[in-house]
Amino acid sequence: MSEEREPPPLPGAAQTVFPEPQDAEDLFVSAASAMESPEAACLSAEDISPSSNGPRDDDPDDLFAEATEEVSLDSPERQPILSDGPSPAITPVTPVMISPRVDVFDRSPDQDEDEEENRDTFDIQISVSDPEKVGDGMNAYMVYKVTTKTSLSIFSRDEVCVKRRFSDFLGLYSKLASKYMHMGYIVPPAPEKSIVGMTKVKVGKEDLSSVEFVEKRRSALERYLLRTVKHPALLKDPDVLQFLESSELPRAVSTQALSGAGILRMVNKAADAVNKMTIKMNESDAWFEEKQQQFENLDVQLRKLHASVESLVCHRKELSVNTASFAKSAAMLGNSEDHTALSRALSQLAEVEEKIDQLHQDQSYADFYLISELLGDYVRLITAVKGVFDQRMKAWAKWQDAQVMLQRKREAEAKLQYANKPDKLQQATDEIREWEGKVQQGERDFEQISKNIRREVGRFEKDRVKDFRVVIIKYLESLVHTQQQLIKYWEAFLPEAKAIA
Amino acid sequence: MKQTFCVIFKKESSIIAVDSISCGPHCLMNVDLQTDATLQVDISDALSERDKVKFTVHTKSTLPNFKQNEFSVVRQHEEFIWLHDSFVENEEYAGYIIPPAPPRPDFDASREKLQKLGEGEGSMTKEEFTKMKQELEAEYLAIFKKTVAMHEVFLCRVAAHPVLRKDLNFHVFLEYNQDLSVRGKNKKEKLEDFFKNVVKSADGVLVAGVKDVDDFFEHEKTFLLEYHNRVKEASAKSDRKIRSHKNAADDINRIASTLYTLGTQDSTDLCKFFLKVSELFEKTRKIEARVAADEDLKLADLLKYYLRESQAAKDLLYRRGRALVDYENANKALDKARAKNKDVLQAETTQQVCCQKFEKISESAKQELIDFKTRRVAAFRKNLVELAELELKHAKGNLQLLQSCLGVLKGDT
Repeated sequence: MSEEREPPPLPGAAQTVFPEPQDAEDLFVSAASAMESPEAACLSAEDISPSSNGPRDDDPDDLFAEATEEVSLDSPERQPILSDGPSPAITPVTPVMISPRVDVFDRSPDQDEDEEENRDTFDIQISVSDPEKVGDGMNAYMVYKVTTKTSLSIFSRDEVCVKRRFSDFLGLYSKLASKYMHMGYIVPPAPEKSIVGMTKVKVGKEDLSSVEFVEKRRSALERYLLRTVKHPALLKDPDVLQFLESSELPRAVSTQALSGAGILRMVNKAADAVNKMTIKMNESDAWFEEKQQQFENLDVQLRKLHASVESLVCHRKELSVNTASFAKSAAMLGNSEDHTALSRALSQLAEVEEKIDQLHQDQSYADFYLISELLGDYVRLITAVKGVFDQRMKAWAKWQDAQVMLQRKREAEAKLQYANKPDKLQQATDEIREWEGKVQQGERDFEQISKNIRREVGRFEKDRVKDFRVVIIKYLESLVHTQQQLIKYWEAFLPEAKAIA
Repeated sequence: MKQTFCVIFKKESSIIAVDSISCGPHCLMNVDLQTDATLQVDISDALSERDKVKFTVHTKSTLPNFKQNEFSVVRQHEEFIWLHDSFVENEEYAGYIIPPAPPRPDFDASREKLQKLGEGEGSMTKEEFTKMKQELEAEYLAIFKKTVAMHEVFLCRVAAHPVLRKDLNFHVFLEYNQDLSVRGKNKKEKLEDFFKNVVKSADGVLVAGVKDVDDFFEHEKTFLLEYHNRVKEASAKSDRKIRSHKNAADDINRIASTLYTLGTQDSTDLCKFFLKVSELFEKTRKIEARVAADEDLKLADLLKYYLRESQAAKDLLYRRGRALVDYENANKALDKARAKNKDVLQAETTQQVCCQKFEKISESAKQELIDFKTRRVAAFRKNLVELAELELKHAKGNLQLLQSCLGVLKGDT
């Protein structure tokens, strides 16, 4: 069953790009203020078995590759990729050729054994599209259309379309983090703010770099939402449902850096950092120690890899530009050459080089959207994972503190008994009972968070393996395609060169 | 014909690496120059020392003016320049395209990189260091091979030219087995050269402005001017393109290393995956580097060479133009002398000398320019064909590597 999307707005439909409102840069993306949430919302693991998506169309001539992602449970049915959607063709002047974006969430129809039992037939598709500029000047902002198509019962309708702005996404993350992080859930982080990128867009510069920026952001927002709903607990969260469904959303003011909440976040972040240094945890569980070390190493290597890939993207773009300019000079040389056959061959060479330059450009887009963005996402995800480990440390510290307190209260009671003050004695006994309760709660919380983390990390690792596998294979396929094209071009040129008499 | 090279890198007094490579025929830019058995010249060996390169020039000849049929001498770059300059300054050769002098061997950039690598040895892993060292050595070797090729091409061109091959200086160059005691130009001489060049270019503009009666030469003048500029442009652009290509290949190298580390560290199934992909990228990077090197050799060097040749052709046209102007001036002077009836005989002799000079140059220049075109077309054809063939070979190699790796990776899932 192929989903029909509304036909893309024509490039002529003047969608001007309006930048985001100027929140002062919120330097701290994760708003993990450890608010105590009363319910230990430990939803049972209704894991989403990653299933197939339609194969992405990597036809390089496909200018407007869609960015719809599907996550469906019934695997054998490969959802064919949706029809072409709009690329952010902002200006009527230049329809931007953004190369095929890749469906990062393409899943092979594997089923993991432990998810066999949760085979509800539900699927959910989310897409972020149609960036529109609202407002003017420095107060302008971008609005994205979020479309959810699903057959899940928790949603009120089959298909919902809402308009959201960037700060809404940040607000959603902030709420989810405050609710779930302290329980050990890995909450996918939202894309980062970017003052430079947004200012250019706000100012109305509709050049290639601001168009690319909007596209990059749109794609990142989509991946963010998909990762969020993939998490079984988060999918059922009322904030997520509200985000996806309700037409009006209260403005997430607290995401602004200089708001009260923003300042509070900064303070909390500093406090956390200090705490982290002072908490000396007795790790009784080797699993956690090992995992933390592994994530540390992974972090270092992924960052290094990310930097190298970004450098590659840059150099390939350069190569494309230089090849194009060489092609022009070769054409000029061919024009001035007075031997006709050689002149023709040189012109052909120029044409080949021009085609190759386009190839390099496409390849650099693949480099970027496939690998570089994935690596960036994972660098941020691992920060979230490390955050979750920190939460466990905090839970442990709280438990220990409660134990210390209990001990003190017991000592106080003993002293009172000795001093024979019956009225204060009753209070002391009450306090002891209170703190005994707290110690028990602390221990329970600590064990709960440990259990949650184990499960989360297991799920995370499984996803990581799948993500990387899929993306790397896709990337290699793009490289294969490039080489095949190169062969085609040079094979066409060779007889021309041989024909020089 | 095969040549073997022994390249010794000397850093201070310690030897970094010794490599031995054999190269195929070097006359890339000129085809059919080795067919004449009466005089065959090539560079059979070369040694790279700290600040100079020593070429072993090997000659095989049946000509009577040489003492032996086969002999070798050792020459340095300055001696090649001396020979070239002697041709340029010889009035007899004014009507020929003087084969352009080979560029000075320039290992500075490469040497600098090698030194920086040595300094940074502590900050990288052993594997990275060895890898980078190998790459730099390969780069050094490539530059070395190129400079040998350029020097050889110069000699081949001279040997193939019907008139230049008989030049006495050339024979001395080939045969005299002592040092030619040709020192490089000192500062004063270099300054003189500089001014000479300035005067020459100014004069060149003047002379070029004179319209030629002969259509052939007029056409050649316009053609060469435009062609020379376009070749210059194309040469610069192709250099930039190839540099970008090398940069991209370097990035892939780093990516391969990081993937390797990831593969060894990862606790999940991804470890095998990463290791396989790392291996793949190592191999494809080598191919990409070779693509850049081949493009450099077949395209960039070709353009650079014809930049120099077209300049030499322009110089020929300039000399002819100069002779034409002199001839016309002599004619005018003769008319004036006849009118005044003063120094007529002298004016007549001058006019005759100028006329002869001009006609001699014109005659040989025409043939030279026709030969130039033939050589150019043949060289471009050869190199473009080889370029296309090499690009195909590498793309196919890449494709095969990628596809086989994909097959393994997909099979694992």
